[in-house]
Amino acid sequence: MKQVLAKADAGSATSNFLAAALERLPGAGLVPHIRARAFEAYERAGLPHRRMEAWRYTDLRALISEVLPLAPRPDAAALARAKASARRVAVDQAVKLVLVDGIFAPELSDLGELENELHVQSLREVLENSATGAMAGLVLSTTDDAVISLNAAMASDGLVISIAEGNTIRRPIQIVQVATGSSVSAFTRSYLQLDKGAHATVVQSFISAEGASGYQANDVLIALAGDEASLSHLRIAADAADAVNISSGIIAVGTRAKLDLFSMTCSGSINRYQGFVTLGGEGSKLSANGVNLIKDKLHADTTIVVDHAVPHCTSRQKFRAVVDDCGRSVFQGRIVVRPVAQKTVASLSTRALLLSDQAEADNKPELEISADNVTCSHGATSGALDGNLVFYLRARGLSDKDAQMLLIKAFIGESIEEIFADNLRDFVTAQAEHWLQERL
Amino acid sequence: MTLLEIQDLHVGVDSREIIRGLDLMVNAGEVHAIMGPNGSGKSTLSHVIAGKPGYEVTGGQILFRGEDLLEMEPNERAAKGVFLAFQYPVEIPGVTTMNFLRTALNAQRKARGRGELSTPEFLKKVREVAGSLNITRDMLKRGVNVGFSGGEKKRNEVLQMALFEPSLCILDEIDSGLDIDALRIVASGINGLRSPERTMIVITHYQRLLHYIVPDYVHVMSKGRVVKSGGKELALELEACGYAQFETAA
Ligand SMILES: Nc1ncnc2c1ncn2[C@@H]1O[C@H](COP(=O)(O)OP(=O)(O)O)[C@@H](O)[C@H]1O
Ligand SMILES: [Mg+2]
Repeated sequence: MKQVLAKADAGSATSNFLAAALERLPGAGLVPHIRARAFEAYERAGLPHRRMEAWRYTDLRALISEVLPLAPRPDAAALARAKASARRVAVDQAVKLVLVDGIFAPELSDLGELENELHVQSLREVLENSATGAMAGLVLSTTDDAVISLNAAMASDGLVISIAEGNTIRRPIQIVQVATGSSVSAFTRSYLQLDKGAHATVVQSFISAEGASGYQANDVLIALAGDEASLSHLRIAADAADAVNISSGIIAVGTRAKLDLFSMTCSGSINRYQGFVTLGGEGSKLSANGVNLIKDKLHADTTIVVDHAVPHCTSRQKFRAVVDDCGRSVFQGRIVVRPVAQKTVASLSTRALLLSDQAEADNKPELEISADNVTCSHGATSGALDGNLVFYLRARGLSDKDAQMLLIKAFIGESIEEIFADNLRDFVTAQAEHWLQERL
Repeated sequence: MTLLEIQDLHVGVDSREIIRGLDLMVNAGEVHAIMGPNGSGKSTLSHVIAGKPGYEVTGGQILFRGEDLLEMEPNERAAKGVFLAFQYPVEIPGVTTMNFLRTALNAQRKARGRGELSTPEFLKKVREVAGSLNITRDMLKRGVNVGFSGGEKKRNEVLQMALFEPSLCILDEIDSGLDIDALRIVASGINGLRSPERTMIVITHYQRLLHYIVPDYVHVMSKGRVVKSGGKELALELEACGYAQFETAA
């Protein structure tokens, strides 16, 4: 039986659901109080809708209508199913940290192999072990976005990862988030802190276990790349075909620090990745890229807001979408250049390749430039494969399928080639090729 | 042996007839030149032989070694030995020339029932031919034809022709946009590929190319038909008198 946790036009009755959920959510002292405030903020705003600029093309209120009840705590059977799925997406050499139905699963994680410099705790552990409630700030909502407020209210677990000054974590850290249930939701919230001069790669994989369907995942990652730190973050969403995934990244980048972001969505029914990056230290660099592979009725939205808050920062973005069937691709890229942020260099390129007549792509670049000595550029295109190129390849002996494959791979390669680490680039390429093989 | 036989071919684009009853017989090992003014349908003919979509064949047939060519996919035609050097070779960003050559060569070898070439064998073969055509290693590393000059694109077509070892080569204005030095390189590359097993149809607007690639037969095309056929001396006649006499004939 489907239970409504919160309707978009929710009345006060919905707060009872929060009250019910609170019994299962971690944190004492101030934490429940902060959760209640966050929930009120969410209730006031309701689910985002198309009259809100940031959600113009992804009318969540129309698309999902209701937020599903919290997933139950995974039992042994659920953990076993999650384990089988997690194995399939494992990045070679990675330290694996697994969240199942919104709860950290130490038995599926590589905790025994952690490098000393890498400090990992579950959010639940942090919230529960804090007698004073000093850790309550961990669930504080930092924006006025309703889905982030809802996440603050409902977050059941997550990871709190920190890397101390000057340390380099050689192995990629892979957070695997598995859904095993159906018609339930999971709210996860993770924190990542790289102190001065620290280096790390964090991969976040969203997947489902065999049989899971119609679930909703709401994830928030709050990260800080300290001065001279370097963070690579890859997010790969490969959810069940009828699942909803809303992920938010809130990332601050310090002086001369470097952030490489890559987001790929290759399945699901509704997917939104929203990244809010603040370049807050001079000389910091952002490279944000992504590929969305969209078929059936998938609606995949990538929304990136880059805030150039100080001078001498660089942001380069390349996003590519391949859209088939009745799929819909949305890309919104907002670049804010503050009055003080002189010598900003910012570029944004978004391209969509439409493989069917019903496929749709919306590209909305938005430049808000308040400084005069800056170099900013953006370009957006969408269109079908060029028949002349396909024919040239076929005339040279390639089948129609192989010709299309080669051209699509070249198209998404423009973005994938920006991934710095060879093994991760290969990992993403393999996932994309798998998608293409299935589609063509 | 008759390699290619075109009978009463009619081809339309957007319900406009462009090839209007064309006949052509080509035997194995021969070099035929097709000359004609711009717009006479030369490229259309070459595209239809290679299998480009978007053309409607409303009548006639094309037989290749007695088989119905029009029934085959473009890649099947390539595997059977049909090669078209394009008048306007396309640029393919993101696909390196080397990767492209290898993928195409292996696809054709596979279709012909031969195994893939090993990496060293492939590299040796490409470098040998590339060297003779003045194609640098840098060009091979770049996207197919991306940033290539007109002449470089044409040399790349000849490189492919050498690698794929076709039995029928259709060269559509391989001379257009080439200066005299580039023309010499391209022509000597093509002449080096002449053999009794290889047939060529050299399409050109100008007689100049035929000084370098001397044909066995020359056909004049006008308004979608072959209006006159003869020996290589026909090209000289055309050079002297121009196409005007044939425009009315068609
Ligand atoms: N795709 C097309 N759509 C419409 N008309 C075309 C198309 N391709 C060729 N044509 C027309 O067909 C005629 C022959 O063109 P083409 O075969 O390119 O001639 P040539 O190669 O002899 O210069 C021209 O009038 C040209 O405008
Ligand atoms: Mg032409």
